[in-house]
Amino acid sequence: MNITLKVWRQKGPNNAGRLVEYAAKDVSPDMSFLEMLDVVNEGLIKRGEDPIAFDSDCREGICGMCSLVINGQAHGPERGTATCQLHMRTFSDGETITVEPFRARAFPPIKDLTVDRSAFDRVMQAGGFVSVNTGNAPEANSNLISHHTAEKAMDAAACIGCGACVAACPNASAMLFVAAKVSQLALLPQGQPERAKRALSMRKAMDEEGFGNCSNEYACEAACPKEIKVSNIARFNREHLRAGVCSDE
Amino acid sequence: MKLDSKVPEGPIETKWNNHKFNLKLVNPANKRKYEVLVVGTGLAGSSAAASLAELGYNVKVFCIQDSPRRAHSIAAQGGINAAKNYPNDGDSVWRLFYDTVKGGDFRAREANVYRLAQVSANIIDQCVAQGVPFAREYGGTLSNRSFGGAQVSRTFYARGQTGQQLLLGAYSSLMRQVGLGSVQMYPRREMLELVVVDGQARGIVCRNLETGASKSYAGHAVLLCTGGYGNVFYLSTNAASCNVSATWRAHKHGALFANPCYTQIHPTCIPVSGDHQSKLTLMSESLRNDGRVWVPKKKGDKRSPETIPEAERDYYLERKYPSFGNLVPRDVASRNAKSMIDEGKGVGETGLSVYLDLADAIARLGEGAIREKYGNLLDMYQHITDEDPYKVPMRIYPAVHYTMGGLWVDYNLMTTIPGLFCLGEANFSDHGANRLGASALMQGLADGYFVIPATLGGYLASTKFGKIDIESKPFKDQEKAVSERTAKLLGINGKRTPSEFHKELGKIMWDKCGMGRTEKGLKEAIAEITALRNEFWKDVKVTASNAEFNQTLERAGRVADYLEFAELLVRDALHRKESCGGHFREEYQTPDGEAKRDDENFSYVAAWEFKGVGAEPVLNKEPLTFDNVHLAQRSYA
Repeated sequence: MNITLKVWRQKGPNNAGRLVEYAAKDVSPDMSFLEMLDVVNEGLIKRGEDPIAFDSDCREGICGMCSLVINGQAHGPERGTATCQLHMRTFSDGETITVEPFRARAFPPIKDLTVDRSAFDRVMQAGGFVSVNTGNAPEANSNLISHHTAEKAMDAAACIGCGACVAACPNASAMLFVAAKVSQLALLPQGQPERAKRALSMRKAMDEEGFGNCSNEYACEAACPKEIKVSNIARFNREHLRAGVCSDE
Repeated sequence: MKLDSKVPEGPIETKWNNHKFNLKLVNPANKRKYEVLVVGTGLAGSSAAASLAELGYNVKVFCIQDSPRRAHSIAAQGGINAAKNYPNDGDSVWRLFYDTVKGGDFRAREANVYRLAQVSANIIDQCVAQGVPFAREYGGTLSNRSFGGAQVSRTFYARGQTGQQLLLGAYSSLMRQVGLGSVQMYPRREMLELVVVDGQARGIVCRNLETGASKSYAGHAVLLCTGGYGNVFYLSTNAASCNVSATWRAHKHGALFANPCYTQIHPTCIPVSGDHQSKLTLMSESLRNDGRVWVPKKKGDKRSPETIPEAERDYYLERKYPSFGNLVPRDVASRNAKSMIDEGKGVGETGLSVYLDLADAIARLGEGAIREKYGNLLDMYQHITDEDPYKVPMRIYPAVHYTMGGLWVDYNLMTTIPGLFCLGEANFSDHGANRLGASALMQGLADGYFVIPATLGGYLASTKFGKIDIESKPFKDQEKAVSERTAKLLGINGKRTPSEFHKELGKIMWDKCGMGRTEKGLKEAIAEITALRNEFWKDVKVTASNAEFNQTLERAGRVADYLEFAELLVRDALHRKESCGGHFREEYQTPDGEAKRDDENFSYVAAWEFKGVGAEPVLNKEPLTFDNVHLAQRSYA
């Protein structure tokens, strides 16, 4: 396959960026999208040009390090797939593909296709945990959790923190990311003591980071590589309301 | 050098408790006077950092990724072992200890393994309390499944994402401490030097990967939790950024490196599809619970699998090892796959794979049940191969996965440099020559949650510390070393990219120091690695500058370290004239092709001392004694 790429190049956080055209030749359909970029980069290095900066690590769809907006879609056209698991067989020979970074006010640019997603860590610091010190845990089977509840909590916990939900949202809202964590812990008995406080403080941290509000576009669910459901947002809204009305936090 | 393992006296069951009692304590008010530097945020690093901060220490944490949650522990799939005996199938601390020592082919330190088995149950309690959504039975209790090398079900799991859920548990505890101000978090930092002052590890030099700026950080102790070195083979199941640099730099400063030749080749990975490939993807060993491994009986049989009748299939693991069947340990499963392929019975287009077939389990349990257990794994397989594993048998091939070797540590997890500790996969301690499935997560969390909080206090309370200043000479010297090295890499301006050198190194390692090793091949490998290293320093091309986000420069530095480290790995493999676990020397095998140990001459830990790049390292031996487990030829038949 031969592909034409239009890639967002931006030297640094304070430089202007622009789309630059590259030819990717002899692309194998079995390559992942990132392996195709690797090949382009090897060519650039050999020519003495600065290769395209992009984040990736595990390359098996679980670490959440890879990103990219491909032809306008976060993580590309395939549903439930992170960029590192997107294969070139999804595209057709001769196609032109536009590659841009995840764009959001809360994700400032670093270089080319890499952005700073540390806002997610700070939102987690506000309440995305159960306050239990090491050594302080009761016997594991002392809390019974129904199979169904454990599975629902696991569905929410599957979030890889990549930020595609934010990149896909017209408001750059982090609701799906935050809702997934709030849901997981609200569903489980371990999360109950801090349930109200968590919903309030994570919402506050999310706003302070500059993420937008949710206006029910559902673009986040469509882009999520782990197919986290927007029903988690409904649960988060309920948790937040409950905390505001019924608790003294 | 005299190696003192500091294993406590007394019966094995009481060693750890007695040791904890005998260790000096740091009183709560004094803990905040100590600074601890933790490098790496996988299971070991995150759990250690969070636990130490909870105790009151000041902790600084460094990771190479943009967030601590991305460390490669996240990719562990299958599960975590613990001696809970919930299924009532005869498990115990003693059995987990025994299975681990035996699985490691009797090359691990007994006392460490026993402690690991002892704390295993506490790990599950801790993770459940954090909200880790482990799989549950309908009555609400925790589920277990079986893993290789064990005849009991002791593996706890969260679908095929157990590593992710355990890491997110540890990460959430770490984030809580960052929020409370007791941990300072430094992401996108790469440790490039260790600073040793008056014989003690007192600091590190890190490069800020976003800006390129190097900076020193001082502390009373340094914990390396930086994972394994599997990427020395280029293609492995490790993440792209996994590297040996932190431990290798420590080694060059005097920390001994133990058993580097113990590398684990995982039997169930997705086969290589082409030259462009940047990594290999694992299919969890848990699939061997329900999948059956087979090849056609006839050589070069190119029929599609569903047309090969039952009688013409060789379920070779079930045939050769009737009592463990498809659940033999990883090294045994990998070697058998290789020998089937060497015999010409490999399947797929390249002939470089064997079948892992779920058809019987799907017929027995239904597709829905299989989807619930392994859904995400099978989806991943389909994404990569474009084949439907619910309809066609999966094709698998062994790939480098885990490294049992690492920095030598004593019972307190301290290296041969006082104040430098090493946790998790980065150390050598618990898995001997082969790690059993679902034991890496157990070890990482045991080290971080339960071992280091006790042993670090013992070190701090019994050590006198001088004043420390990052403006002092030892720090400036290391900063200078970092900047000189960076300048050198940028100044060569040769013709070949760092990745090209890495690929070539990987090929030497896989061909000559992979699943089967010979004296001739290993000697050739040393010569080839030396030549490649020399060429690297003449012909590598690194673009752009230091003072910016420069991924080519990062990669070049890591490849440079691999080119030095690879030689040590091969030398270790050459010196160990026996086969054990993941180290298979073709000259030393039983008549039926199993690893043949030489307990009389090689029952020791090989701990290597650095003497200069290209110079022969010095071998130090820690004898291994087995007072509790009877040394035997491993048998899984």
